[in-house]
Formats: sequence, structure tokens, C-alpha cells
Amino acid sequence: MRLPIYMDNHATTPLDPRVLEAMMPYLTDKFGNAASRNHSFGWEAEEAAEKGRKQIADLIGATPKEIVFTSGATESDNIALKGAAEMYAEKGNHIITTTIEHKAILDSASWLEQRNIEVTYLPVGPDGLINLEQLERAMTDRTILVSVMAANNEIGTVQPIREIGALTRKRGILFHTDAVQAAGKIRLDVDEMQIDIMSLSGHKIYGPKGIGALYVRRRNPRVRLTPVVHGGGHERGMRSGTLNVPGIVGFGKACEICAGEMESENARLRALRDRLKNRIMGQLDEVYVNGSMEHRLPNNLNISFAYVEGESLMMGMKDIAVSSGSACTSASLEPSYVLKALGVGEELAHSSIRFGLGRFNTEEEVDYVAAQVVENVKRLRELSPLYEMAKEGVDVKSMNWSHK
Amino acid sequence: MAYSEKVIDHYQNPRNVGSMDKTAKDVGTGIVGAPECGDVMKLQIQVDEKTGIVKDAKFKTFGCGSAIASSSLATEWLRGRSIDEALSIKNTDIVQELALPPVKIHCSVLAEDAIKAAIADYQKKQNNGNGSK
Repeated sequence: MRLPIYMDNHATTPLDPRVLEAMMPYLTDKFGNAASRNHSFGWEAEEAAEKGRKQIADLIGATPKEIVFTSGATESDNIALKGAAEMYAEKGNHIITTTIEHKAILDSASWLEQRNIEVTYLPVGPDGLINLEQLERAMTDRTILVSVMAANNEIGTVQPIREIGALTRKRGILFHTDAVQAAGKIRLDVDEMQIDIMSLSGHKIYGPKGIGALYVRRRNPRVRLTPVVHGGGHERGMRSGTLNVPGIVGFGKACEICAGEMESENARLRALRDRLKNRIMGQLDEVYVNGSMEHRLPNNLNISFAYVEGESLMMGMKDIAVSSGSACTSASLEPSYVLKALGVGEELAHSSIRFGLGRFNTEEEVDYVAAQVVENVKRLRELSPLYEMAKEGVDVKSMNWSHK
Repeated sequence: MAYSEKVIDHYQNPRNVGSMDKTAKDVGTGIVGAPECGDVMKLQIQVDEKTGIVKDAKFKTFGCGSAIASSSLATEWLRGRSIDEALSIKNTDIVQELALPPVKIHCSVLAEDAIKAAIADYQKKQNNGNGSK
């Protein structure tokens, strides 16, 4: 076993060696511009980009022409929201999203709010899921877009995408989903699920960084989006800019591998994740899972360790890369807004650790991580005045704390 | 967060972890911060009532690595000091000693608050004690 152990696969994933192998020729000899129509360098680049486009489309049940390449999912999310708001301004000025979206959605939404777009932010329950009746009630004749992430990046909870697609289609409202965390991990089909726009990213699925895609439905209904980046008219005018051919080749290969291995890999990851959870929860008291275990990505575990602050716990596990919802790990000094939206108390949000398992994690690594977690939580609880008070029977929540 | 060697050392080998009898007359207890803010420090001093010198200091902290280090360092500095000397410990001294980055300065402020709160508690007990005699 090699240290350090990487278990932060929601942040990014390592490049699969098979992906790198596919990309190499396009980083070296085959350097052509896919838009060069009059020589072989351009032709081979275009051919490679089109193959990648098909591999990506196949992963989500789309057609290649419906895939628009971007620099990543942040850009995809920006185009989806801003592009739809602009294009469908005559139809309405209302967008519905959720409180636990990625910042690329939330910040785009708040930018639109400053430009006379009304945004409804649906709350989520303690399980991290939206309420479909609430969604239905929020829809009006002025609603142009519903944007709900397929799976959450912190707690891995999977939203009822199929049901949302049915509701939006019935009302003639466009449905966008940020599928960055879900794609390649759970089965997605844009037709079956009636998804109209979808954001995807290469580096979350063992592909390269700097490449993403936006699925834009072409039929029933035909979706049109005003571009954010203007220029040479690439990607049906929706996103100008020379194609990142090596990125596309890698992204395509990554999708192909995910599609082929999804079933077996999901079973393996779920078993590892459950092993990690059982080992930790079997040895520690006052440990809480955040979000639904049932509607959840197989590779995600998000746990709060009461009376222990998340950053200090990560500092103790110096050979392990995970992340925390603690304020001390963010620039804003605010704990995770996702956990707060679930109704997790702030003190438990500060105590949360996100484990993101991935393709290259092993059982041996899981056992090592579990042992490290248990050892460090025990040590830090001995250091924690809150744990001492709780053991003495003091209700920590009812104390009159001096706020800073 | 890239921490200094000193923060890591205090985090890995915290000095003077523990609790003293908070009802004892020669013990002053300061608890500052709040769980929802992610930092709670409990700092206790035991003072020699004849000489006014801090004989012992203990801490327990819920918080990030620099909060633990700041309170650990504070207990080291408190031992052997008079109350006046203890009151002169400034958060900026802690920042300097531990090379805390700007986002962690609040940890040193909390440690200074904890020192002051512990001393105030001790002094209150002393005054109450005198009053009752």
C-alpha cells in the first residue's frame, strides 16, 4: 500500500492510464486544429473529436450532435442558466433550483437575480432530497427552467431525476441537471429521464481537467441557448473556441470506460464504502451520516464526528486525502452550506468529513483509513472540552456560549 | 492549510492537556468560543495563593489545528508567570510564535480571551472568598 491515500474523488480523480494512452498521440504528433478543413492534420483532429463526442453521448443516451464541448462543468452550468434565461426571456423570467447546488449554479442564479430573473431555491429534507410536490407548486407560467443536480458533490445524494423530468416536460419547462458527480457512476439516460440540458465534466470520471460538456437537446423540444463565449461559431455557435482535442479524446475514453465498467465498479465501490462506514461506526459513538444512505452515490460517505472539528481531524490523518465541511477549510469561514441546508447543526457541520472513494482505492486502503479515523477521533475527543461536558451530562447545546 | 512546524508540533504533542477541579478556590476556568463557530477553548489556571504565581495550567480545545496549538502554547506560557504577567500575553505574541496565517488569527484571539477569562474567574473567586471572611 502506498501513502498518501487519495480518498477525495468528488474533488477530482486521477487520470486513468488507459485515458492517458488514448490522449498521447493528440498531445504529440496529432496536434491539428479540428476546424482546419483543408489538410490531414485537421481531418484527423476532427475525426478524433467526433469519436469522443460519440463516446460521451453514448454514456447518457444522447446523440453526438447534442454534445457541446466546454472548458468544464462550471462553464457548462453558466451557459445552461444564463443561456436559457437570455434565450427564453420572452417566455418567462423564473428559474427553479435548489439550495444545495454547486456554486457554479448558485452564483449564476444570483447573477441572474440581479438582472430581473426570479429564482426559487427549493429546500431539501434531512435526507438531502427535494420534495416533488414543492417543486410542482413552485412552477408557474413564467418558469423557463428547472435546474436540479443529479447527485450532490458533498453528500452524494441522488435526486429523483426521472420524476423531475416528467414534471417539467408535462409543464413545457426545460430541465437542466448538473450531472458532474452522477455521470459515469449511475445510469443516466436523457430520453428516459426527459432531461433537456446536462452539465458534464471530464476530470471527475478519470479523464483530464479542462474539458467538460453540455448536453443540449435537439428534438422534442429543440433547446436553444444564447452563447456566453462568442467567436468563431464552433459547437453550433453555442460555444466558440478551438476544440481541446486531447481533452475530448480523453473525456470520451473516460466515458467509454465508465459505461463498460459501471455495474461491476458500482458493486465494488459500494462494498468498500459500506466497509468503511461499518468499521468507523462500529468503533465510535456519536457519529452521524449526513444525507440519505438509500438515495446516494455508491462511492460517497459523509460523516459528522461529534465534538471533533473536521480540519483538526484531517490534520491528524496526514497520509489521507479527504475533505471537510468545516469552516476552517473554506475561505469564507462558514461551514458547509449543503450540510446547513440539510438541517445539520453548525457544530456538526464543522465536524464533518467527506470520503470520496474511487476506482483506484483498495480494501487495504479502506481498512487503513478506518483505523486512522477511529484513532484520531478518539485522541481529539480526549482533547475536546465538549466531549468532556457531554460525558459529564452537560447539554452542550443549551449552554450560553460567548459568541465571537 | 500549510501550517508551521510549531503548530504541527503542538497539535501532535499538545502540552498540558487536562482538567482541574473548577470548583477549587485556587483554580480559574475560562471557556470561550462556541461549538457552532467551530472553536471552543477551555483553559484553566491554578494559582499559588501566597505568591500569585500560576503553578499549573491545563487546556482542552475543540477546534482546528491552530486553535489547539494556540491554547497549548498559552498553557506553556502561563506556567510560572504572575497574574499581571499572564494578563500581558497578547494574541499577536501567539501569532508570531506559531507563524499563524491571517485566516487563523482568530484562534490566537480566542486563546487570549481564554487566558483573560480564566484569570477573571480566579480573581472573582478570590474576591468572593475575601468578602465572606
